Amino acid sequence: MAQMNMIQALNSAMDVMMARDPSVVVMGEDVGYFGGVFRVTDGLQRKYGEHRVLDSPIAEGGIVATAIGMAVNGLKPVAEIQFADYIYPAVDQIASELARIRYRTAGDFTAGVVVRAPSGGGIRGGQTHSQSPEAIFAHICGVKTVIPSNPYDAKGLLIAAIEDDDPIIFFEPKRIYNGPFDGDPNKPAVPWSTHVKGDVPEGYFTVPIGKCDIVREGSQVTIVTYGTMVHVCEAAAKKLGLDAEIIDVRTMSPLDIDPICSSVKKTGRCVVAHEATRFCGFGAELSASIQEECFWYLEAPIQRVAGWDTPYPHAFEWEYFPGQARVALALRAAMGQE
Amino acid sequence: MPRLHVPQPPTRPGDKPDFSYVELSPAGAINKPDVNARARDMEDCAVGLVRVLDDKHEAVGSWNPRLDDDDLQVGLRHMLHTRIFDDRMQRTQRQGKISFYMRSFGEEAVSVAQTMALQPGDMLFPSYRQQGAYLVRGKPIVELMCQLLSNTRDMCKGRQLPVMYHWNAGRIFSISGNLTTQFPQAVGWAMAAAIRNEDHIAATWIGEGASAEADFHHGLLFAAVYQAPVIMNIVNNQWAISTFQGTAGGEQRSFAARGPGYGVAGIRVDGNDFLAVYAVTQWAAQRARTGGGPTLIELVTYRASAHSTSDDPSRYRPKEDYAHWPLGDPVDRLKNHLIARGEWSEKQHKDLHAELDAQVAAAWKEAVSFGALNEGPRLDRLLMFEDVYKEFPENLRRQREQLDEEIKLNAELGFAARTEAPDEGKVG
Repeated sequence: MAQMNMIQALNSAMDVMMARDPSVVVMGEDVGYFGGVFRVTDGLQRKYGEHRVLDSPIAEGGIVATAIGMAVNGLKPVAEIQFADYIYPAVDQIASELARIRYRTAGDFTAGVVVRAPSGGGIRGGQTHSQSPEAIFAHICGVKTVIPSNPYDAKGLLIAAIEDDDPIIFFEPKRIYNGPFDGDPNKPAVPWSTHVKGDVPEGYFTVPIGKCDIVREGSQVTIVTYGTMVHVCEAAAKKLGLDAEIIDVRTMSPLDIDPICSSVKKTGRCVVAHEATRFCGFGAELSASIQEECFWYLEAPIQRVAGWDTPYPHAFEWEYFPGQARVALALRAAMGQE
Repeated sequence: MPRLHVPQPPTRPGDKPDFSYVELSPAGAINKPDVNARARDMEDCAVGLVRVLDDKHEAVGSWNPRLDDDDLQVGLRHMLHTRIFDDRMQRTQRQGKISFYMRSFGEEAVSVAQTMALQPGDMLFPSYRQQGAYLVRGKPIVELMCQLLSNTRDMCKGRQLPVMYHWNAGRIFSISGNLTTQFPQAVGWAMAAAIRNEDHIAATWIGEGASAEADFHHGLLFAAVYQAPVIMNIVNNQWAISTFQGTAGGEQRSFAARGPGYGVAGIRVDGNDFLAVYAVTQWAAQRARTGGGPTLIELVTYRASAHSTSDDPSRYRPKEDYAHWPLGDPVDRLKNHLIARGEWSEKQHKDLHAELDAQVAAAWKEAVSFGALNEGPRLDRLLMFEDVYKEFPENLRRQREQLDEEIKLNAELGFAARTEAPDEGKVG
């Protein structure tokens, strides 16, 4: 085991897979010589050469399109979109092509491309460096959408993604690249070395895609969340003194609904939480799926915590970001303490 | 056997700067074509380099715009003002007063000369390194600073990252953080001008790196198809963050040469030569205004600064590159030209520098009196919910009320209040 932050863990995942499998290639803007604007691909070009770690033109549609072509010709591309906010020019290639190649050819062709993109807010990035567009991709049938919340999962899930025969959209919550963040920006930054999930095996291991993780067992309320919000929700529940069961979704699609529903049936109360805007956010799917199975077990309506339904503002970052207070209000409502 | 070619810059950190890859033409070597010349008949302009200022600081050749001394002095003032403004804003970012900044150091002639060569009614669709356009059009810099500070006088009401200005009254469109989107939008604006029988034209800017986006193709194609009155500028400053211009396709042929491929006039110009930049823009504006259609201009320059305050170029290029850039510095070159004309002196230059420095310092003092990101007066947080739509929808009304509850709970439970992101949280 080694101490890793999320950047190092993701880097290690690609390193391990590039060493094991010569078909794995990495491509994206600034990913080669420079090692990526967040340093996630640092050192890979030096180690594996410029034919396997490609600096690409600034053309997200081109990156995903050529990655599809490479995958069809036997490579395993791991494409980086520099910020999730810049993924939209690639959406036609993802939604109309990548997601459907297996289906429309009845399995004759497949393209197991991995598209990585830093997402989420909390870094004063304004509306073009803060978005959480995961629900858009979770809505597309044929791609799997993954978001880790810690270095251990980040590495294990990325290796599993690279090995997966289906295309994966892999969002990385950049606010927790360097350490867990509980939603309180007044506190000094905490490194991953303080967190149990900062211990990461140096070699090969996987975390299964399509499986959620019960981060904390509890009896009073179930919190279903992912990414940065796992840490915010843990802190908020602790602050309120609630014995909350916290479930990290990890894979939005395909969704591992059974453990979530078992938990809600046990606690009878549920809060779903994400950074992305509320309306048609992934929380809506969670809430609907949970109530379909758990309606007769619920003691209170399922509560949703989310970003406001506005673009991500620069000056009001901490009024916009769903911090502990927003989670606490939802928890109180779920507990019938309004 | 086919082999993958991966473009590489000629030098990396620790190497001696080498710009032998930049194809130069002597000043005056490229002839100015007729303003209605067919794109295919002026391809020398797209592959050569239009230059007016020679090594003796004199203006030569048919592209000499023959500007009078006053105009040149105004141009010098705007470029120097832009540079001093940039330098100070960079320092305020380092002091934590603003969250982010992008300088245009080394590229000031692009926005200043081009905006001066256009008419006030012409519409500009800039990228994020054309702040000089605002200064030329007379935007008080205190208003730009208020945007950078996201304060109570911020034109964007706190919603945008610093430098993402807009100015409808000054006919400058909103800057987007997403690259190249404005390029075909400018074409649409110009098509509308033609549909509405207006004389105004549009001009737009992207970097050479951004020319890789599909929107670049959309812009050129629509401009060519409809012969839109638009000037499409590629600022080839050699670097897109760490990505060398070769990765954007600059190795095989000039960026300007993409124009003739679409039937659009292409001109490659020395972007650090104020006179040449002015002249080609004036030519393209006349062409567009008289029904001759679009022009693609590649401005060859060098990004002397980092990409942004989040970038460290010493990781990917030689530190002393700019001192060796073969096209020199745009401010120095115009200054030396004016001195050669007997219309400027080192003393005048020093005095102008001091005057502008004082102006910028005074403007900053005024700007911070309207608040900063983390101190002083602050924008009403409820502004966050406005302007999503023209009318205020029910879901936002409820969310606005919920935010008030949250603020109360913050106080009650000691949760986070207003603060700044730690240093680790940086944007590209």
